[in-house]
Amino acid sequence: VCTSRFWFNYRHVANTLSVYRSVKRLGIPDSHIVLMLADDMACNPRNPKPATVFSHKNMELNVYGDDVEVDYRSYEVTVENFLRVLTGRIPPSTPRSKRLLSDDRSNILIYMTGHGGNGFLKFQDSEEITNVELADAFEQMWQKRRYNELLFIIDTCQGASMYERFYSPNIMALASSQVGEDSLSHQPDLGIGVHLMDRYTFYVLEFLEEIHPASQTNMNDLFQVCPKSLCVSTPGHRTDLFQRDPQKVLITDFFGSVRKVEITTETLSLDRDVAGFESK
Amino acid sequence: VQLVVPMAVVFGQGSVPGDLPRPLPFRDVQEMEISVNLRTSVMSRYEMRYRSTTGQEEAALAAATAREADAALHLLQDTTFGSLTMYVVPETSSLLPQGTNVFVGKHRSALVRAVGSLAALQARLREVTQVMSFTASSIAAALSDRVPDGQLSPDARRYLKSSLGYEITFSLLNPDPKSHTVDWDIEGAVNRYVKPVLDKLSLVANFSVDSQILYYAVLGVTPRYDKESSSFLLSAHSLPHVINPVEARLGSSAASLYPVLNFLLYVPERSHSPLYIQDKDGAPVSTNAFHSPRWGGIMVYNVEAPASPQASLPLHVDVDMARVMEVFLAQLRLLFGLSREEVPPEFLLESPGNEGLADWELDHLLWAHTVENIATVSTTLTSLAQLLDKIGNIVIKDDVASEVYRAVASVQSAVTKLSLGHLHAAFQASKEAVTSSERAFFDPSLLHLLYFPDDQKFAIYIPLFLPMAVPILLSLAKIVRETRLRKKEPTKMD
Repeated sequence: VCTSRFWFNYRHVANTLSVYRSVKRLGIPDSHIVLMLADDMACNPRNPKPATVFSHKNMELNVYGDDVEVDYRSYEVTVENFLRVLTGRIPPSTPRSKRLLSDDRSNILIYMTGHGGNGFLKFQDSEEITNVELADAFEQMWQKRRYNELLFIIDTCQGASMYERFYSPNIMALASSQVGEDSLSHQPDLGIGVHLMDRYTFYVLEFLEEIHPASQTNMNDLFQVCPKSLCVSTPGHRTDLFQRDPQKVLITDFFGSVRKVEITTETLSLDRDVAGFESK
Repeated sequence: VQLVVPMAVVFGQGSVPGDLPRPLPFRDVQEMEISVNLRTSVMSRYEMRYRSTTGQEEAALAAATAREADAALHLLQDTTFGSLTMYVVPETSSLLPQGTNVFVGKHRSALVRAVGSLAALQARLREVTQVMSFTASSIAAALSDRVPDGQLSPDARRYLKSSLGYEITFSLLNPDPKSHTVDWDIEGAVNRYVKPVLDKLSLVANFSVDSQILYYAVLGVTPRYDKESSSFLLSAHSLPHVINPVEARLGSSAASLYPVLNFLLYVPERSHSPLYIQDKDGAPVSTNAFHSPRWGGIMVYNVEAPASPQASLPLHVDVDMARVMEVFLAQLRLLFGLSREEVPPEFLLESPGNEGLADWELDHLLWAHTVENIATVSTTLTSLAQLLDKIGNIVIKDDVASEVYRAVASVQSAVTKLSLGHLHAAFQASKEAVTSSERAFFDPSLLHLLYFPDDQKFAIYIPLFLPMAVPILLSLAKIVRETRLRKKEPTKMD
């Protein structure tokens, strides 16, 4: 979810698109991703390189790519829509791609970025979502068993305040900075004229580029990404609500999708000649 | 919650054990508690009626094979959902082949070979009921979200959750259209083989069937070439990575919200033919298919190499739909949890033929889904009540309220019907209860965006009211001072 509008918040859209890209590369199909972007940077009239969103000023990686599927765009990214997607209280006319059709065996990854403060995240420069509302929404999801395990990553200023109030089981949270600290952006690009990415997500993207679908890297490695020397802010994480040991949790459990398969050993025996049916 | 199974045990001539407590016919009740976690348990009650055979039944039991006997007996039975009838034949009877002690028919009856004493017979009958109705583990699987982690058997987590409908999609993947033109008569196959099975399952849920053909869709994994068998092999541990790249290209109907079951038929490219799937021990799998719980199944269909190497491309391939459907329907059964693997060795199970599943397997599903539905409804309604307690200012619309009342009434009726042994009616009531409770819980009007932290309340109201309040309070103070002064004045003048 990217919650910021306006051209100078280019970096938030780049953050979100880079996580989207990694997740797709590791195997999650578009039908299982809900992407919310509050503004369009690739086709923004101020973009000197149209139809691209870059993550680094060396212009190597175009995170916009060829097959981005944005589910909620522009003014549809509101606190109300976000909470509706999470809790499932969606009007019946909403199409399948805009819903979160998860069940009790789904692992969900939620990534949010934008401008935030102590206990809130700003949506579209006009409204906020508080940490209490987020915690309540997760509790509603837990009550209806809409998730098996949930990983919540947030890259904003004072991000750690957003996960302080969670109380539902099986949630792990990561934030880019502690309360009272600001998350800083990585570097500006003089050609495009804005900062391209935030530091925390930049290093997370670098980390994720090394992962492939069969990788065995676990969550503890993700916690080490972006130490204070590189990031200036102190990333935080919260694992007390999570039942498994983070050491044993694979990155691909959340960022990728590896299914359990079984070999089919039984067959049904069918009567070949079934009278009375005409094939049209 | 009490699950009641009405059973009849019918003794054929010469099979009555010597130590019956009372003369036939008589009734007996056995109860068993299945405890799911510390606070939840389900009582199961087997109401058994023991009697001896009637003349007609005796004539039916005189048939040549067990299957014919079962077919003849089916016409004389009481076949309500959930009930079981067990016919006890003499120990020396030749109806059951050597080495089998129980024959389970495809309706709701079984033929059991007699044992010496009543206790031993009852033990055998208990085994039969476990196979034909429900076991502790199948009930625990249905209530899997209440069981503490680690106590569930691994296959309890596989089965499809009970839902009001399922969408079944058959897809043909042809990665190499230049070499193979594949024709599959999917419509005919669906009508001939799939429809009977879905018709039988239509009690459980609504099914919709689609099919599609995808060209240039490749598996995400490159198979290895094996020189010994001169074929390509896909090993078991690379199978999980096959599904994801394909799934991105499988569509799904935009309008329906039902879970989707995908069945894929993959025709390998000419350069990778023939392709076999290897199991963990390295042996090729006879069905050449694998399935993923809660998702669907994939089968690899190898095309025979043409007789002459100069045959013109593309080769025309007519898919043998019967062979394909045998595998897909078996996978469908496994996805629903109907496996025949855990049956004790001396049982002989009749094959259900084109209907796909026996009546008692349907009962299996109904028991599990009814229990699961009742549990879901109670969790949903409880959490809805808790939500409304916490957030006092949500407005409940009238239709939400009526859905809640309807859900409560339906779930009560489902529990009552279960305790009377009416499985079908109980299942229908539980389905209604689930529909109503889901509609009530997920009603779009129940969204609350009404959290105001205290400091925000102060921040909003103080700048508004403080400037107004200051002159008011000052003038009130002035009025009070003046009235006090005026009261002192008269006493001074006097």
